[in-house]
Amino acid sequence: MFTAADPALTDFGRDPWWIVLIKLLFAFVVGMGLTVLGVWFERRVVAYMAQRPGPNQVGPFGLLQTLMDGIKGMLKEDILPKKADKVVFFFAPTICAIFALTSLSVIPFAGKVSMFGHVTPMQVTDLPVGALVVLACSSMAVYGIVLGGWASGSTYPLLGGLRSSAQMISYEVALGLSLVAVFMTAGTMSTSGIVAAQAHGSAYTVLGVTLHAPSWYALLLIPSFLVFLVSAFGETNRAPFDLPEAESELVAGYMTEYSSIKFMLYMLAEYVAMVSMSAMITTLFLGGWRAPWPITLWSGANDGWFGLLWFFAKVTLILFLFVWVRATLPRLRYDQFMRFGWKVLLPVNLLWIVVLAGIKTMQTESMEARTKWVVIIGVVVVLGVVALLWPNSRKEPDPAVQERRAARSAGGFPVPPMDLQVPPSPRAKRAVAERRPANVPGASTPDSEEV
Amino acid sequence: MTSGVVLAAAGQMSGGELAAFWVLAPLALLGAIGMVTSRNAVHSALWLVLTMLCLGVFYVIQAGPFIGVAQVIVYTGAIMMLFLFVLMLIGRDASDSLIETLRGQRTAALILGIGFAGLVGTGVYRALKGGPEAVNFTQEATNTNVQAVAREIFTKYVFAFEATSALLITAAIGAMVLAHVERAKEDKPNQPDLMRARFRLGAGHPGAKAGPGVYATSDSVATPARLPDGTLTDASVPEIMPIRELTAAESAPKGTDEK
Repeated sequence: MFTAADPALTDFGRDPWWIVLIKLLFAFVVGMGLTVLGVWFERRVVAYMAQRPGPNQVGPFGLLQTLMDGIKGMLKEDILPKKADKVVFFFAPTICAIFALTSLSVIPFAGKVSMFGHVTPMQVTDLPVGALVVLACSSMAVYGIVLGGWASGSTYPLLGGLRSSAQMISYEVALGLSLVAVFMTAGTMSTSGIVAAQAHGSAYTVLGVTLHAPSWYALLLIPSFLVFLVSAFGETNRAPFDLPEAESELVAGYMTEYSSIKFMLYMLAEYVAMVSMSAMITTLFLGGWRAPWPITLWSGANDGWFGLLWFFAKVTLILFLFVWVRATLPRLRYDQFMRFGWKVLLPVNLLWIVVLAGIKTMQTESMEARTKWVVIIGVVVVLGVVALLWPNSRKEPDPAVQERRAARSAGGFPVPPMDLQVPPSPRAKRAVAERRPANVPGASTPDSEEV
Repeated sequence: MTSGVVLAAAGQMSGGELAAFWVLAPLALLGAIGMVTSRNAVHSALWLVLTMLCLGVFYVIQAGPFIGVAQVIVYTGAIMMLFLFVLMLIGRDASDSLIETLRGQRTAALILGIGFAGLVGTGVYRALKGGPEAVNFTQEATNTNVQAVAREIFTKYVFAFEATSALLITAAIGAMVLAHVERAKEDKPNQPDLMRARFRLGAGHPGAKAGPGVYATSDSVATPARLPDGTLTDASVPEIMPIRELTAAESAPKGTDEK
């Protein structure tokens, strides 16, 4: 057990090769294992939400279903389309899978742990720019999708690939910008450093009472967190942003022509990307491997291997959110989706960064209290004036029917008069008339009304 | 690159760095050669991606992690991706022809290429001869490489930085202005206009055309539909279909309605 569990950047790159190998293997197993479990989890949760059992035949609770599906998928015939670009067609899914798995290498799974007598951080490696490595990996993974779509030599995959490249590039901008606020607050870009920075909230003294700011950036930087969350859905091609594989429009999008093990690689890459994005959200905004507040009252909560427990609990929570959203929301239309990314997420993010920079400057600079209040009041007044003078974009109410009728020119649509009396339907009369009267002996048959 | 050359000249390369260099340098060269010789435009772009990735790793192993990752994110991830985007939209068979479209293009390219090679060569030569001293950002900054780069950009080179960003924004807005076609609201036909055009005399059929006939005896696309007045219409049958009358046996009742 170690109390100083936070690794520093200098702790990396000092392990013997076999420990590096173990950690690499661990990251790989986490990626693969969470994929297998994640598919099962998703199917079970979606099934629960749709009030049906979901996979429940293979293994306990259907746990081995994904494994069986994987084996079945790999044993299928591998089809190479005639018009495909053979080399690129072969490499595209591997690019996707490799870069999705690579981004797990900078995720801190736990603090310093003791591994066969070596004290080492439970993270494959870290860089001064660790968080950007994840961004780089996800931007490289786009190549797999785009090239897969192009190399298939078919129309639907090409359209799916182009859509996804436009989508992922657009949402990467929002994703990267929401990282800026985190970097500004943490003062570092290394993932382990960001986790360490979220360990304790800074204390403020307001009116003589010492208050602790929340330490998780999800609360402290809530606009960034929300934008990052939404962009993460866009970046991983998950519902409601799964436009590249919109089956009602594009068959299966970029993977239409893929079969067998290559198709499985694409599926794997999608789920690994989801896992690494969840791990990233956990690391950047939810305090990483550190235990949440009530548990931290127990002093040993963050020691050694316990970090893994909290980390995977948080990751599972985010994965549940991914699944929940998929089960709840319908797919967005493409133009709405792009407009949302560029015209909502991006400006909101930029504005928030400016505001945050202002707050940081106020905190650090030795300004007089009076000057600070003047600045704050000035900003509020300016915002109020802008809000008051903002041009009213609300439309005039539609004119009433009479006004529209009066304004109508010759040749317009005929509008029925307001006092129109609808005559009774002749059909109703016939139904009554044609009903055959009861054949009562002695009674004379009345003449039926002919209509 | 300069600092790496200096380090190499001083013999300060570690084993891992050396191994990475000898694995990646041939790959980078292969990518560059492949980019020039490849006939297919998309393959050419992919070779360039390989070279750029190798360069990114070179930056990282020369203790410039930020520039390395920026190289991967910005150049490889975004700019080359947009290149690919355009190439794919143009079409996969658009291989370049060897005909000179601009007069003197090849000569100009040759001169510029030699000039560029000269510039790079002189730079390397000066670095090897102990020109400007390489700056070790990691030691100088006492913090990290990122903060050192940030300090240089926002203090010493702030004017160049702002000028470059202004230039890029101008270029982006210029491209948008050139590419964007403004259409007045009146020019765009609205729904009443379209409706009137459809119902104008001689404009053809206003509604959906009659589909092929679906009858008890036949539901083939080759069966012409009946118009409301009972006549058969050829407009409902695709032109590619051969005209064929049903034989007596085919048009006879199938007997499915008899008990």
